[in-house]
Amino acid sequence: MGFVRRFLARPTTVVGLGVFLLIVAIALGAPLIFARGPFSIVGMPLLPPGAPGLLAGSDVLGRDMAVGLAYGARISLLVGITSTFGAVGIGVLFGAIAGYYGGVIDDLLMRVTEFFQIIPSFVLLMVLVAFLQPSLTSTVIGIALISWPQVARVVRGEFLSLRSREFVQAARVLGMRDMAIIFTQILPNALPPIVVVSSMMVGTAILTESALSFLGLGDPNLLSWGSMIGGSRSAMWVAWWTTVLPGLAVMITVLALNFIGDGLNDALNRRRRR
Amino acid sequence: MKLRYIAGRLVKTVMVVIAVVLLSFFLIRLAPGDAATVMAGQSGYADEAFMKSLRAEYGLDQPVPVQLWKYVRAVAQGDLGNSFVRRQPVLDVILERLPNTLLLDAFALLVAAAGGIWLGSLAARRPDSAGDASVTVLSMLFYAMPQFWLGMMAMLVFSVWLAWLPPFGIETMGADYTGLARIADIAVHMILPGMTLALYFLASYARLTRAAMIEVADQDFVKTARAKGLTERQVARRHILRNALIPLVTYAGLQASILVGGSVLVENVFSWPGVGTLAYEAVTGRDNPLLLGIFIVTAILVSLFNLITDIAYSIVDPRVELG
Repeated sequence: MGFVRRFLARPTTVVGLGVFLLIVAIALGAPLIFARGPFSIVGMPLLPPGAPGLLAGSDVLGRDMAVGLAYGARISLLVGITSTFGAVGIGVLFGAIAGYYGGVIDDLLMRVTEFFQIIPSFVLLMVLVAFLQPSLTSTVIGIALISWPQVARVVRGEFLSLRSREFVQAARVLGMRDMAIIFTQILPNALPPIVVVSSMMVGTAILTESALSFLGLGDPNLLSWGSMIGGSRSAMWVAWWTTVLPGLAVMITVLALNFIGDGLNDALNRRRRR
Repeated sequence: MKLRYIAGRLVKTVMVVIAVVLLSFFLIRLAPGDAATVMAGQSGYADEAFMKSLRAEYGLDQPVPVQLWKYVRAVAQGDLGNSFVRRQPVLDVILERLPNTLLLDAFALLVAAAGGIWLGSLAARRPDSAGDASVTVLSMLFYAMPQFWLGMMAMLVFSVWLAWLPPFGIETMGADYTGLARIADIAVHMILPGMTLALYFLASYARLTRAAMIEVADQDFVKTARAKGLTERQVARRHILRNALIPLVTYAGLQASILVGGSVLVENVFSWPGVGTLAYEAVTGRDNPLLLGIFIVTAILVSLFNLITDIAYSIVDPRVELG
């Protein structure tokens, strides 16, 4: 079976991919469809979904919920994807060096990795973002800094099993430098599990971002799904849609990403393939 | 051997605590300005001489290693600084709220373990049945939704629409219950936040139990037990489940840091007066010493909990060696 056929073998993956592409389209198209932006007031507050011109109702301040949801997709995807890239960067560096050199270096780097896994990472994230001042950048940096250990472990495992293979020995005999061996010889062979882990991490990062902005630690100049939920807490009693809809948006996005991750796992993970 | 293992774990825990304190010192320096600018900002008065005297008073004009040493010594003595907003020692403020958080988290952990093991063993007994599939689907949904949102949905259904359960706080304001009535009142208030927190872990416990039981069920000693003529129920309970539970102990330790994070959010949704709502107050009040203190205290608690689960694991499973 080819990669594409293995990837799309499960119907859930196909659905997940379709939904994800739709969300990406909404995120990219938001400024074109809703040029007035998510903060502009369009009518009376707390109008229910289906009110004239308001597909998803209006929020506490009379802003169009549909516009907020569309713009929120931008933040979620941007934070999810960039922070995952950051986490993969740190994780690959740690994992590759630990796994390639082994011994004391491995011990030391793995202790650091373990440390970051033991400590309450969400509280650390709150401290990081609050101290750096809440912004899109600090959110991305913070999430990357708390999520890399998972990547590091996977990469280390791959490097441990690959470093004694013949092609690595051949590269060494040819006189290649360690860094060249790590990045041009071993890393390409270790990519499949890294892709699987990082596809799952995007969803987790989106959940974490929503939690941060729910607590008021998001970028104050941007409307995200989490801040929409946080901002409508007092309205929940009379206007369910103000909290239900942004949460559903998070859930659908993360679910779609997890389905894609499952598909990638089937297609790429040699160990679990039957 | 076991003593050596425990001693090794103890040393590791101490190292983690030291690293937490070092990390905190680094984090303080991350914030723009220093304690003097913050205090000057609060008093609304900031000429150069005043700032200088503040810096001298708090030792902020000294070299970094000296400051670090002073910081470590202070933290070791339980001095986490003073809360800007509360004007009280940070440690006192945290310790006052900590019992409420421990109560909520312990409840959630117990419900999650009991419910998850029960559901997981049900699912493992009949793999691929409707019950098994629904556990899988439910855990998939729980993993994909923000936990705080799940709490708000529970509040919407059970407090707003059905009006069965109180939505906020730890007890009825102004009711002044005592004795058993108070305990019952707190228990009723704990149901929504506790279940919200528990459900996520319940789903993962169920999945783990299911996987572990199916794996253990294949092993030779289970066949021996069956050949001995034990009933299916006895085999499942005494031989399969007991061995499948061992990895769950370690898992509980690994999940502790996630439990703390979930607790922060869920406490805020339900206004549960614990460390989590305190963290939110610290964020909104720009109370950096308090927020950092919460990080230090929760980090130490989590590493202690990990120490306990590791020791418990080494007792349950005598095969464990140093590692």
